[in-house]
Amino acid sequence: MDNLNKGSFLKYFPVIFALLIISVLAATCPLYLAPFTIISVTNIFIYVVITLSWALFSGPTRYISIATAAFFGMGIYTSALAGELMPFPLVVCLGGFVSFILALLVGMSTLRLKGMYFTIFTFGLSELIRHTVLWWEVTRTGTVGRWVVSVDHTPVYYTMLIILIVTLAVCYGIGRSRYWLALQSIGQSEEAADHMGVNVTAVKIGVFAVSAFFAGATGATMATRWTYIDPSIAFNPLFSFMPILMATFGGINSITGQIVGAVALTLLADLLLTEFPYYYMLIYGVILVMVILFLPNGITGLAKYVKK
Amino acid sequence: MSFTFYVDVVIGGLILGGLYALTAVGLSLQYGVARVLNVSHGEFIMLGAFATYSLYTMLGISPLLSLVITGPVIFAAAFLIHRTMFQRIRKTSPSEAAFEGNSLLASFGLLFIIQNMALLAWGSDIRGYHYMSQSINLFGTSYALNRLIALFLALGTGITFYLFLIYTRMGKAIRAAAQDRDTAQLMGVNIHKVLGLCFGLGAFMAAVAGSLISMMFEITPTIGMPYTIIAIIAVVLGGLGNILGSLIGGLILGLVGNIVMCFSPALSLVAYYLIFILLILLKPSGIMGK
Repeated sequence: MDNLNKGSFLKYFPVIFALLIISVLAATCPLYLAPFTIISVTNIFIYVVITLSWALFSGPTRYISIATAAFFGMGIYTSALAGELMPFPLVVCLGGFVSFILALLVGMSTLRLKGMYFTIFTFGLSELIRHTVLWWEVTRTGTVGRWVVSVDHTPVYYTMLIILIVTLAVCYGIGRSRYWLALQSIGQSEEAADHMGVNVTAVKIGVFAVSAFFAGATGATMATRWTYIDPSIAFNPLFSFMPILMATFGGINSITGQIVGAVALTLLADLLLTEFPYYYMLIYGVILVMVILFLPNGITGLAKYVKK
Repeated sequence: MSFTFYVDVVIGGLILGGLYALTAVGLSLQYGVARVLNVSHGEFIMLGAFATYSLYTMLGISPLLSLVITGPVIFAAAFLIHRTMFQRIRKTSPSEAAFEGNSLLASFGLLFIIQNMALLAWGSDIRGYHYMSQSINLFGTSYALNRLIALFLALGTGITFYLFLIYTRMGKAIRAAAQDRDTAQLMGVNIHKVLGLCFGLGAFMAAVAGSLISMMFEITPTIGMPYTIIAIIAVVLGGLGNILGSLIGGLILGLVGNIVMCFSPALSLVAYYLIFILLILLKPSGIMGK
């Protein structure tokens, strides 16, 4: 028994050690890195979180959600409306909660049906909310944009770090629970899952709402860095496109793949935005099409294939 | 609220509805038959609009004449896209559901590619031109001539296509493929050709709608998305895969949209969504569905 424990400890030692170093570095890096780097790292965290949360639901179930921008935008507007009323951490939680409720409503109305109705519904959702908010702002408040209470980059960094850790923990936890098996069986054959006794609708709605929470919390955090928002900034369809691209690029079926995809493409975006700003989205569109055509399992899938 | 007001709302709604019907029939072919939920549908509308605009302002080719040029060119481009992209995805996808998912993602990539190429080519300025904008008196109110032509052409294209579906061999093959692809293949239908044709025809209708839109409204490279959303809702309203249903769905959405627009222009998309939500709560198979 002793030997076994020792063996597994030795086996996992490098992983634990690496995690320890990463967490110490992540926790202390605002002390010695330049503000610009901190902001870049925060940016990477955002995309990792929205990619993980998107893939948590859409990966195993194959129900493609194009609504991340809607949840992200709800978080942003929560931050703009509640920023002055309550402390920052509470605003972030509230942003997540508002998105959670929105996802519950969307899920309850569409997730009992076939996957395509859900995708169709989510496709226009952020556009719908953008139009509604714009209409409300123009007719009721008389302005288009809003100011958000600004928060310094260091607290924003730590907030995003915490959101990232919680997201990772939840993705990891669900990935090892029976809900993951339920989600996967829904993706493979929903009818069979239903007959095996999985409460299909409840699982789908629940996980979808949880995944929306993180997108909302991220939006609420990031709004404080932008200070000025309007409906077209908050509900930018780019935030629906990016998690899909990043998860597909990295490999939709593993957490490692999703993180690799998000980090790689965020770094590439930084490069492209400075070098070829006009070709940036064009290149990302081409990458998405190419990955789907030639790398159906993403780059981690390719790595596994090469190893074999 | 006089009589002429109602006539005005109905005719305006039919004009809008004619355009929506045309785009919805196009999408219905792409989704109902070729099984590609083409979220870049609106981008083909935008391409049609900009091609017409450029041909008119730079070469002086009349927008009505350019329909004969842009329509076939975009048809050929879309046919090629289906041949190269979607056919490969169909081969590599393990199941029908996987194909639907992957082709949706690929068309999402296509949306960003086409939109950004258009932004590079034409810039993000709002553009427009005047063509046959003299007014015509009808039932006591006046309409711009180009709107009436658009209504006529949109419905004309839709009905011609419907007759093509009913009375020709190819139309029969398309209807067979819409019902059951595998059986149609067993009966000797060249399925790859039919699916490619459906995808191409869908883009053709989008391009025609785009040309008509450019005669009436101002255009930018980002106009596509709302039309895609409306077309998708119209297709669901008519029943997935039901081509006549999507034509009627498009007309209904146009009428409803125009009525809402009379009161508050910004809320028409909200109205479409309300219809959509009611529909999927009450009758997800669509108004023409079984």
